[in-house]
Amino acid sequence: MGGAAFLRQREATVLVVTIGLIIYFALASSNFLGSSNLTTWLSEDAAPIIIIAIGEVLLLICGEIDLSVGFVYTFAPFLMHYLIDFYGVPGILAIIISLLMGLAVGWLNAFLTVSVGLPSFITTLGTGFILLGIVDTTSHAQPASIPTKVLGIGHWIGSYGWAEFIWAVILVAIFHVVLTRTRWGLHTVAVGGNLLGAQEAGIKVKRIKYGNFMITALLGAFVGLQVGFQTNTIDPTAGGYTPMFYAVTAAVIGGTAMLGGVGTILGAFLGAIVLATLTDGFSIIGISANPLDIIFGGAILVAMIANVQLARLREAGRS
Amino acid sequence: MTSTTSDAAAAASAAGGDILSVEHISKRYGAVTALSDVSMHLGRGEVLGLLGDNGAGKSTLLKILCGFQPATTGRILLEGEEIVFKSVDHARSLGIDAVYQDLALVNQLSVYHNMFLNRERNNGPLLNNRVMRKLAREHLEEMGIRIPSVNVEVAKLSGGQRQAIAVARSVYSNPKILLLDEPLAAMGVKEGAIILDLVRELKEQGNVSIIIIAHNYGQVLEVCDRVNLIQHGEITFDKRSADTSVAELTELVVAEYRKALEERHRSGQRPRLS
Repeated sequence: MGGAAFLRQREATVLVVTIGLIIYFALASSNFLGSSNLTTWLSEDAAPIIIIAIGEVLLLICGEIDLSVGFVYTFAPFLMHYLIDFYGVPGILAIIISLLMGLAVGWLNAFLTVSVGLPSFITTLGTGFILLGIVDTTSHAQPASIPTKVLGIGHWIGSYGWAEFIWAVILVAIFHVVLTRTRWGLHTVAVGGNLLGAQEAGIKVKRIKYGNFMITALLGAFVGLQVGFQTNTIDPTAGGYTPMFYAVTAAVIGGTAMLGGVGTILGAFLGAIVLATLTDGFSIIGISANPLDIIFGGAILVAMIANVQLARLREAGRS
Repeated sequence: MTSTTSDAAAAASAAGGDILSVEHISKRYGAVTALSDVSMHLGRGEVLGLLGDNGAGKSTLLKILCGFQPATTGRILLEGEEIVFKSVDHARSLGIDAVYQDLALVNQLSVYHNMFLNRERNNGPLLNNRVMRKLAREHLEEMGIRIPSVNVEVAKLSGGQRQAIAVARSVYSNPKILLLDEPLAAMGVKEGAIILDLVRELKEQGNVSIIIIAHNYGQVLEVCDRVNLIQHGEITFDKRSADTSVAELTELVVAEYRKALEERHRSGQRPRLS
């Protein structure tokens, strides 16, 4: 790929920013690339955002959003804990049911959005609150411990240092291929790019939206379990809006348009790495994390302005 | 109605056998009646022009004929057999394809992905982009459609090129019936000529019967064998192109306009000039 062709790739700018930040923090502190920090940076900070961002990218491309995914994240490990400790369900089955809960919430989000006709912003605002309420009511807003039965499998899911990041990379690879090389991905872009046109071409647009809502919530449930295992506790304050908004931020920084039709998984991956690098780097070099949100906010705006300008340049370049 | 229907048209259709006929189709959306009672037919290899004012029901009829939406009442006969279209895919599998007014192209996708939208070539679970690229390039070349590359995003093409891609896509699967909704709308004379040439070529090949929706009478008469006029959700005029003229068609529409104007006058609503 030539230099010019490389720069035309949507991911190029954010890749340059990512590398720049990594070099900066590596020079500022020798601990940044130290082995103990690597897992904190990539597994604990980056991976959850990356995995949730995969779902948000798919939804944003087809013109929807999921605000509730962070609460599926909160609820999933609690559900696993209830099933094992209160109902004697075998460990693996409890994990599978918790993941299925994610699918069910995704289905409900899709049903209310696609079939009932609510805007997804409202649908998922509502289902998110409901999930949070369920968690707080059932747990009395108290944390719980990971059932000992699932500690073994938990190792593979999240407690092994690199587990979360490895999962994130595998999922990014899979969904990058799904989005760019399969019918599902092509139809997702078509639905977001031209909804009526996609319908007229005979694409089952409802099915595409249902599927992407369900993928997103499933990934949210998976991340919730991972973080539970990794932190070795089930915390009612884990998840929520923060990881969801970070994921949307990562998607936007990575070139996903809020209006649908445009977005890449690799871009969101890099966007999440940028956010995690800033979070982790700031704490490593001993700067207060307080101004971090100013930088994040700025990054969203800069990325969006860049997107708009790029689109304008492309428009101007058409012949 | 029979007074404006030429005997020749009736004779021609009876001899050739109709590929498509529509009997007493109506379409209501709640309280709104888009089509009240439409009966029409399309001969084998025929190019039929469907004319009418905005809101007369042309696009509604087309969307029924291509399986996008069902009719409220009435029946459709395809090669003499009654058929109920379940979906766009179903109609397409029976050999009916449409080019919509909005073209149904996805700006963010490449030309070849648009060409194969919802009829992708796969290699196992993955898209076979190489084959789609090659087939798209060959097909466009065959049809004499020139674009910079099949890899460019459709957003970067001109209106005429986009229209040509949409037409090329719909004839790719060799449909028996092709429905074109306002293929010349929003297009310059030069670009319109590309599309009319495409239609003429398809007609010469003779494998496809075509319905063209339009409101530019001159262009339609040039390529169509026969024209129908749809007014207020009904077919009110059916003649062979050779038996009518732009003047006659214009007069019909002007008469309708005059009548509407008179009604407004009678009801006390005067057209405002300022």
